[in-house]
Amino acid sequence: MVKLVYFAWVRERIGKGEEEIELPADVRTAGDLIAHLATLGEEYENALQFPEAIRVAINQEHVEHDEPIAGAREIGLFPPMTGG
Amino acid sequence: MTILPTIRVQSTDFDVATETAAITNGRRDIGALVSFTGLCRDEGGALTALELEHYPGMAEAEMRRIALEAIERFQLQALTAIHRFGRIESGEQIVLVIAASPHRQAAFDGANFVMDYLKTAAPFWKKEHMQDGTSGQWVSAKDADDRARDKWS
Repeated sequence: MVKLVYFAWVRERIGKGEEEIELPADVRTAGDLIAHLATLGEEYENALQFPEAIRVAINQEHVEHDEPIAGAREIGLFPPMTGG
Repeated sequence: MTILPTIRVQSTDFDVATETAAITNGRRDIGALVSFTGLCRDEGGALTALELEHYPGMAEAEMRRIALEAIERFQLQALTAIHRFGRIESGEQIVLVIAASPHRQAAFDGANFVMDYLKTAAPFWKKEHMQDGTSGQWVSAKDADDRARDKWS
């Protein structure tokens, strides 16, 4: 099980802020995770239809989409940041 | 000596004079102090407030990573970074960065560097609340902010 957390319009479109899910063995990278989630229903598809717009953090650190997710406790998915 | 930054993520307002005094009190070695305050502008009267969402835990962690890099790179004597979250009315303060160094250039550059990375790497998102009652538009990330950050690499 891995904890997923969502923010901003990713959170709004999926309809929840966090969840724990079991991942298939062939979901190895952050990019695989986005592609897998997009198959879980209309809300996910709507939130993740443009994967290149999605930023990923593993255990609260930014990673690229080719980063392996093995051993991750918490994975965050969110749009490009707009703070400051 | 390792310089530790002061990092805070909070819903409440901050006071620039108080934060400045916290850096300079009792010290005689600081020669330059640059502070930047980011405010919620009203976009010509159209915007009433911003809703700032953040990733609790990661927001502080990322701000600390950025601050430590700035301290190392510009040999800063002190650095404070405060970012607010929640609903922020137009005219209110959103973010504060204060950098201290022996000479001015490092303090200017340090504060500038922290802001450029804060805007593009610290996990905060702004949602707009408009004067006409509409809301729900998330502010889009700007290419200009990415370019501003990339000038440091």
